[in-house]
Amino acid sequence: MKNHRRSFLKGTAALGTMSLVGFPHIWSKNYSLARAADGEIKVGVLFSLTGTTAIIEESLNKATILAIEEINAAGGINGMQIVPVIEDPASDPATFAEKARKLVLSDKCVSVFGSYTSASRKAVLPVFEKQNNLYWYPTLYEGRECSKNVIYTGAVPNQQQDDFVPWLVEKFGKRWYLIGSNYIYPKEENNYCKKLLAELGAEVVAEEYVPLGHSEFSSVINKLKSEKPNVIFSTVVGDSVVALHRQYHAAGLDPQTMPMASLTTSENEVAAMGGAAAAGHFTSAPYFMVWDSPENHKFVDAYKKRWGADKVTHFVSEPSYFQVYLFKQAVAKLAESDIDPNTIREAVKGEGLVAPQGKIKVEPENLHTWLWPKIGQCKADGQFEILKQSADWLEPSPYKAYPNQLCTATGLQES
Amino acid sequence: MEIFVSQIMTGLSIASILMLVALGLAIIYGVTGVINLAHGEFVMLGAYAAWFLQTQFGLSLLVSLVPIFILVALFGWLIEALVIRHLYERPLDTILATWGIGVMAQQAVRLIAGGELRYVEMPPALATSVTIFGASESAYRLFILFLALALFALTWCIYRYTHFGLKLRAIAQNRSIASSFGINSGRIYRFTFAYGAGIAGLAGALVSPLKSVSPEMGTTYVVDAFMVVVLGGVQSLMGTLASSGILGELTGYIAFYSNDTIAKALVLLAIVVLIRFRPQGLFAGRVRT
Repeated sequence: MKNHRRSFLKGTAALGTMSLVGFPHIWSKNYSLARAADGEIKVGVLFSLTGTTAIIEESLNKATILAIEEINAAGGINGMQIVPVIEDPASDPATFAEKARKLVLSDKCVSVFGSYTSASRKAVLPVFEKQNNLYWYPTLYEGRECSKNVIYTGAVPNQQQDDFVPWLVEKFGKRWYLIGSNYIYPKEENNYCKKLLAELGAEVVAEEYVPLGHSEFSSVINKLKSEKPNVIFSTVVGDSVVALHRQYHAAGLDPQTMPMASLTTSENEVAAMGGAAAAGHFTSAPYFMVWDSPENHKFVDAYKKRWGADKVTHFVSEPSYFQVYLFKQAVAKLAESDIDPNTIREAVKGEGLVAPQGKIKVEPENLHTWLWPKIGQCKADGQFEILKQSADWLEPSPYKAYPNQLCTATGLQES
Repeated sequence: MEIFVSQIMTGLSIASILMLVALGLAIIYGVTGVINLAHGEFVMLGAYAAWFLQTQFGLSLLVSLVPIFILVALFGWLIEALVIRHLYERPLDTILATWGIGVMAQQAVRLIAGGELRYVEMPPALATSVTIFGASESAYRLFILFLALALFALTWCIYRYTHFGLKLRAIAQNRSIASSFGINSGRIYRFTFAYGAGIAGLAGALVSPLKSVSPEMGTTYVVDAFMVVVLGGVQSLMGTLASSGILGELTGYIAFYSNDTIAKALVLLAIVVLIRFRPQGLFAGRVRT
């Protein structure tokens, strides 16, 4: 009898615990959805501080922290402080997913700022879609993604290439050599580039991909010497960029007749290869550190003051910075009890501000950002000279290379 | 003709870098039998030493080659004296230990020098290109080629014609019998390890103006070096020379007519097939075991 009662008690206790832990949504509607509480707005900051891409992601982490500190110092958002929860995903996509789950489920962050590589974004995407949370992604990327749980503040292919490719064809010629690292980003960029080149009647003499981390470019340089293209269109990433530029320079090739046109070479990469090896080559991006605007001077000064006078800002750290201000503007429109990822997403649609690069806004249809493409030429001192800015801000079209697909507010439309 | 010459030069250039990196590994493995997974980190330390001497003391790369050799050799000496010495009878443990040393060296460099990519300025005198039979080739790459051959010749002479080399060969054939003839094998091992490390350091310093310098850079080099040693056959210095030549030309040739991704895959495949039929490598001499 005793035994029976004891096991009965155990059983009910277990059942009670289970229902508390396992089915919280029974007790309160939307309980599982992260929201702001106690005058604090928790956000996740998910950039690698160790591992292979830490070199660049560290600067994104710094730009994000800088913006959060500035907003908090100026009184927060409607009196509430932003509390960053910083995690180090160690440049590993699996760890990205694990840390994202932690930030969303156990820390209950209402948004997470993070990722540099496409691989890490793809790894966290299921977490944000399943938990209906919001991810803010600052990097230029290959497009072809349509998620209502990601705000994309970096450029997509049309925003980097629409001005750049025709300009290069006119200035240098129609024989193009496409070279990239062997993964999805360069392939999608080249895919779009080939469409533009075909419209302009230009010729692709070679399209080539080297392994990630590749550092021996002597065969590539040999091919460049024999093909003599007018433009080398480069989407090589990481330390390979450094090796390619330095070996191009050592081989005595001339940027005046055979320039490299890159979508990935920022001030950060130039600092790693030295100005001499980078001088004369071109990059297309919405932001360069030398851009002359009051907002940019303020950003660069604040960044250097906070993190060191030798630090550079670049076209991924700038979106990392302004997207926190976009977040602030969206949250400021909401009542304290209303702040959750869903309301933030609705509030940020169409929201705009004057960023260091110029006035930007979030496109309500696809949650990408209207940006100001610029063309820069690298100088020997490691900075760029801005040769051209687009006449108007440019609409983000993540599916522009695929005319039968369109990203809309209701999802991907196929025709 | 022009393409043909520049194609051969490209292959030789790749081969010279492969050989520089593999030479140290081949010496250490050939003599002591230690599979040194920290070899890539010796290369990395050499590159960082070049960067450090250049940015802190303004030393040109050419001037700093000798100090770099001594510094990295000293590091190898310490590793041998502190760790490897105790593990000669346990070959599996040396793999783990050297791998651990490699990881620690990477992280130590990251903590001290930071994770940013670095570069080393090329000596100005060599930052031009030279024309050979109508094909232009970077003077610096030619310099690496000549230096690699010179280092190989030096190592060969030490191995073949010096008293030290004689002892070394005796130990490589049979350690206990050599010891019973009064050869201090512990001391020879330590010298060998230090020399191999020093050569690896030189390799790192020499490639640093062409490639990026980062804490993880050693990882790719150690794989390449093992390919060379496996193909050439252990305990055969000539094998190392020949196999780096073959791998360099092969990679350069395939990469030119196809691309680097295919080249890497095909070369690895060729090596796998080869060691299936000739596990001792191409040029292994007959060794009593």
